[in-house]
Amino acid sequence: MPQITLTILNRAGLHARAAAWLARTARQFRSDITVLHGERQASAKSILSLLGLGAGQGALITLRAEGEDADRALQALGRLASHDLEAGV
Amino acid sequence: MKTLRGVPASAGVAIGPAFPFRRLTPRFERQRCADPAVEWARGEAALATAAARLTALAIRARDQGLAQQAAVLQAQALMLDDPELLDAVRTAIEEHALCAEAALSDAAERYAELLEALDDQYLAARAADVRDVARRVLHVLLGLTDAPGANLTQPAIILADDLASSDIAWLDPAFMLGFCTAGGSAASHTAILARELGLPAVAGAGAEILRIPADTPLILDGGEGLLLLDPAPATFAAYEAAGLAAQSRSAEAQAHAHEPAVTRDGWRAAVLANLSSVAGLQAALAAGAEGIGLLRTEFLYFERATAPTEDEQYLAYRAIFDAFGDRSVVLRTLDAGGDKTLPYLRLPPEPNPFLGLRGLRLCLRRPELFRPQLRAALRAGAGRRLKIMFPMVTAVAEVRAARAELENCRRALVAEGLPAAERLEVGIMVEAPAAALIADHLAAEVDFFSIGTNDLTQYTLAADRTNAEVADLASAYHPAVLRLVQGVIVAAHRQGKLVAMCGELAGDPTALPLLLGLGVDELSMAPAVIPLAKQVIRTLDRSALRSLAQGALALSEPDAVRVLVRAAAP
Repeated sequence: MPQITLTILNRAGLHARAAAWLARTARQFRSDITVLHGERQASAKSILSLLGLGAGQGALITLRAEGEDADRALQALGRLASHDLEAGV
Repeated sequence: MKTLRGVPASAGVAIGPAFPFRRLTPRFERQRCADPAVEWARGEAALATAAARLTALAIRARDQGLAQQAAVLQAQALMLDDPELLDAVRTAIEEHALCAEAALSDAAERYAELLEALDDQYLAARAADVRDVARRVLHVLLGLTDAPGANLTQPAIILADDLASSDIAWLDPAFMLGFCTAGGSAASHTAILARELGLPAVAGAGAEILRIPADTPLILDGGEGLLLLDPAPATFAAYEAAGLAAQSRSAEAQAHAHEPAVTRDGWRAAVLANLSSVAGLQAALAAGAEGIGLLRTEFLYFERATAPTEDEQYLAYRAIFDAFGDRSVVLRTLDAGGDKTLPYLRLPPEPNPFLGLRGLRLCLRRPELFRPQLRAALRAGAGRRLKIMFPMVTAVAEVRAARAELENCRRALVAEGLPAAERLEVGIMVEAPAAALIADHLAAEVDFFSIGTNDLTQYTLAADRTNAEVADLASAYHPAVLRLVQGVIVAAHRQGKLVAMCGELAGDPTALPLLLGLGVDELSMAPAVIPLAKQVIRTLDRSALRSLAQGALALSEPDAVRVLVRAAAP
């Protein structure tokens, strides 16, 4: 199963803006996409379960995709690392 | 008339009636449904309706330029379309024959509690967002029309225990004059929102504000942190007059923004801008900045997965230098560490980052990070006078090491046949008390100082100004800070070196008489305050301000200094 690992750069962690982007992007793919953070895991398509990961700044998250468009999905989601990071106040 | 005191959260004055904001928790009866299939269809339709309303609010917020609020509303709309939430609601309806209202409240409450349990202030705010979206769906399910903001039909001052983006979205922006919250601090979400909206706000005014009846005449003074109830006619008149005067002063200042700031006794002040992005260039130029006194280069390093390359930095610096032509631009080298971490540096977490590997300390330890920046700066500065400044210096050896790196980079560029700045001025930030106390030794090593009052204040007073518990201790008017500033200026001037100031204090119109009296040579501030600062300087007589500074230095309390300085302000 293809997977990638990302570091959360956003100062606020994987919260509103970044989680919303991740969920919206994940929903464009048919594959099942799971996000792992430590012992917790979440569906990438569910903003509520993504928030529940409690992944703060500097956290390492792993994305796993299973399905016909798994590789394309991970490629798109890998952009999270450089996407939409809220600058510090 | 009655005066309530809180924390200044967003500057400005609002005059208007009270609007107590209350979150409605729609009441419903927990019951079983007759037909789960029909009930789920009803629930699904209500979720979709509420999501559509939130999306419309998000678009409105975005169109009004309220990025933060738009992001929260968009996230809330996504919550209503969340596959896991929908599953939980459907299961409760289909398997337990619960009514849609109960199924939804239960599911939302479980997520809210889960987020709260994570013990993270950002996620606690998201828990409030989840509860808020559940209320929105209940409104639809119950066919309610009395939304929390429905009675806000005239411009008013909003009173609440605390206000989240999702709360404010219930209100019509055209009728919001300002916010006053019972809890919170200057760093709280309401404060950030108010500043984004450009509205005055007072936080932490106490639970008493929740008992103020609707339509009570109020004056909200965001700059002072005051809420005045039933103000006397004379107070009303004074605030109204002050508001008009401030308006005309600001218009007058803008009209003269591009003229030099010369004191009545003929001293020309250098008024420069702090810049933290290429995008801010236009604002700085439009505000009449005579140069950049502090170019925070961190913007090139944040929000990315790897450090910027030398060429990338060269192009950015070049664009900024070109925009300012022959005017001065002071480039500060990377000031990471402290509260500004860069994940790709893979630095181990520090127990006390503000006393850790930050600023120049980090750069000297990481030549692979430092050299590309120095080379980019030298290349971009070719053919002009390059001013470079090192942050977080506490020892002479650090300045020597940094200068040696700079010289090595310059030689390497020349050897490679690349153009490099030849006319070079090197300075340091004075932001640690240690640097201020050995300013005489440091002055011998550099061409200029720039005093960073924010950090100098918090390091001197051992108080974090973003911590509401100790924020009142972190005053730049504390005699300890002023004595350090004076010492730096005297030591530098003795050796003919220039002293700039680039902290928040430098842009504070009330502080300007004191700063000029102390002998600050150059002021660098947020672009927005430049026109007014120039206008204030034009009214001052610099030679007469030395005695004001001497008087301030002799005082024992920050409040006494504040009173003295206020009295001297034009």
